[in-house]
Amino acid sequence: MNLSKASALALLLMSASVLQGCWEAPPMESEQVGFRGVAMWQTTNPDNTDPLVALNQVPVALPATPDSPGAPLAKDVYQNVQVLGELSVGEFARTMASITQWVSPEQGCAYCHQGANFAADDLYTKVVSRRMMQMTQTINSTYSDHVKETGVTCYTCHRGKNVPEYIWFEDKGPRHAKGMAANNYKQNNVAPKAGYTSMLSDPLTPYLVGEPQKIRIAHENALPLKGQNNNESMQALEQTWSLMMHMSDSLGVNCTYCHNTRNFASWEQSPPARVTAWHGLQMVPAINNDYMVPLQPVYPDHRLGQLDDAPKAACNTCHQGVNKPMYGVSMLDDYPVWRAPLNDEGAVVVPDYSDAPEYLDPNNPEPSAVLVEPEDTKVASSSATEVEANVVQ
Amino acid sequence: MAMLNFEKKYRVRGGTFVGGDLFDFWVGPFYVGFFGVTTIFFATVGTLLIVYGAAIGDTWNVWRINIAPPDLSYGLSFAPLKEGGLWQLITVCATGAFVSWAIRQAEIARKLGMGYHVPIVFSFAILAYVTLVIFRPLLLGAWGHGFPYGILSHLDWVSNIGYQFLHFHYNPAHMLAVTFFFTTCLALALHGGLVLSATNVPDGGKVKTPEYEDTYFRDIIGYSIGTLGIHRLGFFLAINAAFWSAVCIIISGPFWTRGWPEWWNWWLELPVWA
Repeated sequence: MNLSKASALALLLMSASVLQGCWEAPPMESEQVGFRGVAMWQTTNPDNTDPLVALNQVPVALPATPDSPGAPLAKDVYQNVQVLGELSVGEFARTMASITQWVSPEQGCAYCHQGANFAADDLYTKVVSRRMMQMTQTINSTYSDHVKETGVTCYTCHRGKNVPEYIWFEDKGPRHAKGMAANNYKQNNVAPKAGYTSMLSDPLTPYLVGEPQKIRIAHENALPLKGQNNNESMQALEQTWSLMMHMSDSLGVNCTYCHNTRNFASWEQSPPARVTAWHGLQMVPAINNDYMVPLQPVYPDHRLGQLDDAPKAACNTCHQGVNKPMYGVSMLDDYPVWRAPLNDEGAVVVPDYSDAPEYLDPNNPEPSAVLVEPEDTKVASSSATEVEANVVQ
Repeated sequence: MAMLNFEKKYRVRGGTFVGGDLFDFWVGPFYVGFFGVTTIFFATVGTLLIVYGAAIGDTWNVWRINIAPPDLSYGLSFAPLKEGGLWQLITVCATGAFVSWAIRQAEIARKLGMGYHVPIVFSFAILAYVTLVIFRPLLLGAWGHGFPYGILSHLDWVSNIGYQFLHFHYNPAHMLAVTFFFTTCLALALHGGLVLSATNVPDGGKVKTPEYEDTYFRDIIGYSIGTLGIHRLGFFLAINAAFWSAVCIIISGPFWTRGWPEWWNWWLELPVWA
């Protein structure tokens, strides 16, 4: 009797503690999108959204360098400055210091530059970051239909981390049985990338890299019309839906942010946000194909995915749970360098990294490799501090 | 209307909740009572307001007439008549009519000395409606969260509400409600089929007794719930269908704002394997 009472109590406590994590409580906030009564609105819980505010603040910009005409350009003073060479030396140093603050605040300059020779391309991180700078400029100049006047900088994705928190790799899919059950089509398991449904576990590979699969598969008519292809499968529908789940989760919005669900396909009935999203779906595969994927040979193994693929970008890479990254606050006025490529070097042609040398890895410095001694690293970082100090003056 | 010879016996005055003898009479076959009067009042006013709403609206197409609730920005206050105020008045009328009807059912049950089973089951249908247009809007802080009154427009609302939670089929209470609706249909169909099969006999044949009905089900599934039991089962199934419908919508928004698939993460986080 006592035992059963105790176990019942234990069960009750256990389920209560489990359930506690399951539910939210009013008051909620709602933002109406469409006409009244259409139920196109975003209902959010301040308990969930308030913590996002602190995470999405634009960092304080370093003081602007005084405008001094005739100041030497970075390319005239430094060697091997391929992307930012047109900047004045002062602005170049300020940009470098900002990148350090955004991407490697702990490691400092040494994350990309080791030893006394800052011009050397011996670290993989330097090769990658150069390409990422070009990508940033391309996004802001070519895809302004998506990023608008706000634009992106290194910080939009990195947020003070070496590797942006939200990158993705191709999904190997869960382990499964052999024989008739051998292929589960990457379905029927928890799919965190697809809003925790049991739909397609990797909705990003088909749509956001390579030749993107067709997303808009809804028929335009309720009934089949002669000569019209109405053969889209249920799987195709669920794959589209899975991608849409990823988009919703990435932006912290629901389906009605972009669609009136009475007719998903109809542009006439969709909120304007859908157009912005459409441009995003053109942008992401392009930057993955032109910038992220070609870097694969450059990365050390521990930066690659299960299938040895390069890290890639998706919607959450920039958005990180907010419909407009950093709530739409632009950093471009403080850092106009990112608005567009300063020269046409490497911006259009995708470099071929296939015979890339073995680059050094700042995270796993191998003692046997031709690496600088710790003292030199100190020298390097202290010289970096000097650069920053100069900038501040 | 002519009255059957035994009906008179049951038309006894007294036993009303409210109004004493005042409305304790019949019009034709219908008992009136105080709550019959309030039902007629609310239903008439509500219907006329709907007609008025249609008249000032865009269309007389029955499918497309739409009387929408106020913008969310009005919160829980009154809205101008043409900007959702009509919807608010119609909601008051509808609720008044439905509740009056349920009390009238209870009053008739009391006059006849019967149980209150009918008003109890009907009140679950009212609960579902009131949850949608009153309780949930109250919890979310705006009357605009109610559904619009219109054949197509309320379907659009249902669709969009579902997609506000990314995939509504993952709503646990929705799962229960759907299951109870289907099971209600199954039970009712089996019950109706069984009764008809026992009573629709050829000319000159004898109507089969409940023993036949019980034997039929024992032969199929080894068990017959019995003539009274099937009605208890139907009562239980139908009440649950309406109850879990109300639960599934009241938890969507006030108690969960993210996608329903994500709610199930508690399963992934169970201490057994997490």
